[in-house]
Amino acid sequence: MNALPPEPIAVPAMRQSPARLALRRFLRHRLAVAGLIVVLLFVLGAALAPLIATADPNATSWSAIRRAPSAAYFFGTDENGRDVFSRVIWGARASLAAGFLSVTVALLIGVPIGLLAGLAGGWLDALISRIADAMLSVPFLILAIALAAFLGPALENAMIAIAISASPVFVRLSRGMALEATATDWVEAARALGNPPWRLGLLHVLPNIIPPLLVQATLSIAEAIIAEASLSFLGLGQQPPAPSWGSMLNSAQRFLTQAPWLAIFPGLAIFLVVLAFNLVGDGLRDALDPRSEKR
Amino acid sequence: MLRWLARRFAQIIPTLIVLSVMIFGLQQLMPGDPAMILAGEERGDPVVLAQIRAELRLDRSLPEQYLHWIGNVLVGDFGFSWRIREPVANLILQKLPVTFQLSAMAFIIAVLIGVPAGILSATRRDRPADWIANGIALFGISMPNFWLGIMMILLFSVELGWLPPSGYVPLTEDFWQSIATTIMPAFVLGTGVASVLMRHTRAAMLGALAQDYVRTARAKGVVERVVVWKHALRNALIPVVTLGTIEFGRLLAGAVLTEQIFTIPGFGKLIVDAVFNRDYPVVQGVVLATALIFVTLSLIADLLYMAVNPRMRQA
Amino acid sequence: MIRAFWLILALLAAGTASAQNLRIGLREDPDILDPTLSRTYVGRIVYMSLCDKLFDINERLEVVPQLATGFTWEDPRTLRIALRDGVTFHDGERMDAAAVVYSLNRHMTMQGSFRRSEISEIEALEVVDPLTVRIRLKNPSAAFIAQLTDRAGMIVSPRAAEALGRNFGTRPVCAGPFRFVERVAQERIVVERFEQYWDRANIHFQRVTYLPIPDNNVRLANLQSNAIEFGERMEPDDVRTAQRSRNLRVVPVEEIGYQGITINLGRGPGGSNGLARDARIRRAFELAIDRAAVNQVVYEGMYTPTRQPLPPANPFHARDFAPPGRDVAAARALLREAGVTAPITVEMIVPNNPDLRQVGEVIQAMVREAGFELRLRAMEYASALQAASRGEYETFLTGWSGRTDPDGNMFTFMRTGAGQNDGNYSNPEVDRRLDAARTEMDVERRIQLYAEIMRIAVAEDVSRVYLWHRKNIMIHSTRLTGYSPVPDGLVRLRGMRLQ
Repeated sequence: MNALPPEPIAVPAMRQSPARLALRRFLRHRLAVAGLIVVLLFVLGAALAPLIATADPNATSWSAIRRAPSAAYFFGTDENGRDVFSRVIWGARASLAAGFLSVTVALLIGVPIGLLAGLAGGWLDALISRIADAMLSVPFLILAIALAAFLGPALENAMIAIAISASPVFVRLSRGMALEATATDWVEAARALGNPPWRLGLLHVLPNIIPPLLVQATLSIAEAIIAEASLSFLGLGQQPPAPSWGSMLNSAQRFLTQAPWLAIFPGLAIFLVVLAFNLVGDGLRDALDPRSEKR
Repeated sequence: MLRWLARRFAQIIPTLIVLSVMIFGLQQLMPGDPAMILAGEERGDPVVLAQIRAELRLDRSLPEQYLHWIGNVLVGDFGFSWRIREPVANLILQKLPVTFQLSAMAFIIAVLIGVPAGILSATRRDRPADWIANGIALFGISMPNFWLGIMMILLFSVELGWLPPSGYVPLTEDFWQSIATTIMPAFVLGTGVASVLMRHTRAAMLGALAQDYVRTARAKGVVERVVVWKHALRNALIPVVTLGTIEFGRLLAGAVLTEQIFTIPGFGKLIVDAVFNRDYPVVQGVVLATALIFVTLSLIADLLYMAVNPRMRQA
Repeated sequence: MIRAFWLILALLAAGTASAQNLRIGLREDPDILDPTLSRTYVGRIVYMSLCDKLFDINERLEVVPQLATGFTWEDPRTLRIALRDGVTFHDGERMDAAAVVYSLNRHMTMQGSFRRSEISEIEALEVVDPLTVRIRLKNPSAAFIAQLTDRAGMIVSPRAAEALGRNFGTRPVCAGPFRFVERVAQERIVVERFEQYWDRANIHFQRVTYLPIPDNNVRLANLQSNAIEFGERMEPDDVRTAQRSRNLRVVPVEEIGYQGITINLGRGPGGSNGLARDARIRRAFELAIDRAAVNQVVYEGMYTPTRQPLPPANPFHARDFAPPGRDVAAARALLREAGVTAPITVEMIVPNNPDLRQVGEVIQAMVREAGFELRLRAMEYASALQAASRGEYETFLTGWSGRTDPDGNMFTFMRTGAGQNDGNYSNPEVDRRLDAARTEMDVERRIQLYAEIMRIAVAEDVSRVYLWHRKNIMIHSTRLTGYSPVPDGLVRLRGMRLQ
């Protein structure tokens, strides 16, 4: 495929900076803005958990076990008499931390490796590509389970496992972008002038891959949040008594018939925050990637 | 074309080798001595543990273990499950139809929802039908599978009592009962793919509707319905079909958690249990088989794409 | 409309379960079905249909004849066993003294045999005549006969065992009431009536299907929808639901094992924890736990709080050894006496299943009031086992399925350097009594020895905190009659039938 050079570089002299243009496009996207607001609300809720939560999330009360939602307990109480509302609020910390941190780490692992593969080419590229392919052909969760089991059950380890499992996507993406960018006459000319590959990578490839990376990162955060919930659901993430939406769902399964609210609220929280990230990702894609807008 | 195929195959083999080394290395890193897990409550006798380690070659060096395993795989011997001493190949053949049935049903559900929704939203672009279809697609992507599963069990099994909460009956044993046990997990599994299909159908339809021949047909006075269904759809479905092939592969992989929730004895449950039991030959065999299916499907997708898109053949 | 449709479907499905075919829902998928190589508890449930043993136990944990008709001690080290006449294996071979000697030898010598340590006391085996076997032991052993009531006492067909070798477990051939038909891993094990069975008059099923259904909700749902007739090891949470149903009967049977907290007393990296230092600190930890309250919160009060490894049903159960009540003030005083300052950080490994995680959380909240900061680590089984055997843990919430003879619940956990003494407990006074109790043939004297062991190892040293004896909660269809519960929780099919 003979790709056109990405627009921002091909047309350097633009009246508005591309970033501001993208921001305007993004803000026009009403759902995306709504998603962003929800994300910010969750971030705020997680940050201000001690103020918002109505009770200590770990305080047990044997006289109030599995109470249905009421004015005293907005979301009811769990099998140890703990306030589910407060646990959902505090649980946002684990989920958001898992989302942001693991994707950041995945970016830090994936992007340099992908750029290296794309720019260096040859056997190194072949090796890296095969490893990325191999990782992508294993069910994501199996990879994460194996890694989490190896590292030991803890929230931090679950994040590392998610980060490693999520990195091949970024390897592929940045490798592709690097190949695409270096294939242009323009970069070839720069190379002919004697610019070393790393310089090409840093100066010319990196700016171009930021928009698609940003889109992918947002969508990956959504996936990472689900992955953290899944690992905690299997008992490989957040450890008791600290709350996490996934582990709350795990214990809720035991009382599905007697106390359905235990399963409903943490799940709803996961759904909402994932939905919000997906909305933001969609908005970003429309705003940053002019090609997809023309569809 | 032949050269391209040769190149693709040349890529698959190293991918599988890298994968097998990776899986092999990874499970060595996992804590837990397989001999001791096998022994369970009976682990008090060190002599027996040593005998087991010797029998399972756990006392050999890693490269030795790997070469022994891969050598057998190359002649078609996947070894046997350490836990129940059943050949791994048998286990895979037993479980594959289960997961295949689940994935096929999920795929049918996904196509039945995703494709019409995509067409509808493309032909009614920026109208309420479009927004609703898009909204449903977003829902499908954002809904954590396992939670949707729990909620469905809560509604259809606990509250309404319409469907069995889980378990599995083979198709050959009782057709309707089999459908009843797999319909919920298939729906859960299918929602994500339905959303992807919907989005791609929509994009492809919009693309097709903007093509010259569609405009020509419209200009010639062909009824809009015929334009949409005959001219545009046929072309729009091509990329959707190829994409569908890959998505089907992803369904097989996605069955892991769904099977866990609905306790369906398929591939996903086989491998999760094997990971927890440190039944290495089963883990290796299943991962390899899944990967093989996955890469084969993406190869088929590429072939399909080339068959319908001749320009690609020169690339 | 739709509802009616599914109802019809359900009825059709129920109708296919014809008269005398029993379906049993198992809590786990059994491992290999070879009596020599198998090790899971759940496998023993399946053996009840496939493989008869020399002896069995009854509801009162007494040894009763099965393939053997009786035994006599010729001297304290020589056992003479008389065999039942006219017993055949599923392949038509005759079950005789040679087959018994073959099977016991197989248990002792096969590579990877888990029976080896159970019958390691055997010195020599001898065929006296076709229906008599003589077993000579290295030492007098009070616990030996009990071993022959479980897998070590199962007799396999020598011909089939020779032919199949290590793959015998894929097609087991024994002398039980049912023959092996097929097994689909994680799905089902099917056995069918063996017409030449020696006690066929008391066997009423044509076919028995064992279905591994690990999820408790699902096992219950299957019982409710009549997709299985029997569910073993159900959850206390399910009891009330099942009791409301007119078609289901709940049978709780007290187990022969226990659940408790193993304490690492000085082994590996976890051995230098706060609890290892001083028995008073451990005693304080125990005093901070309210067993009855945990039992109430997590298990609906169904289990039996305990302070010892032997359940009340066991004839060797120590009387006057009830668990102490919770006393936070006394616990705090003990900590002061030991000269430690709160909070004392202790880590506890908790198996990764929902009810034990909850137990961990409840105990965590309880001991906090006495000055312990309990950190929980939920671990999958494999990792937990490794941590326990390497001493990479401080405390471990765990259980034991139990053996009929008291030795099986104590020796390997308490004797210095024994196989499952993960806490590295060592007290020569206890060791001496454990050894003596093994060879002591006088029951009263043995009871006395075990009571002394508990006084030293549990009351004084607090080497382990025993919590409760679980209940094997069996739920079955009211159509099923003749089920007689035995504390080992195994489902004996003799006398059972469907109405």
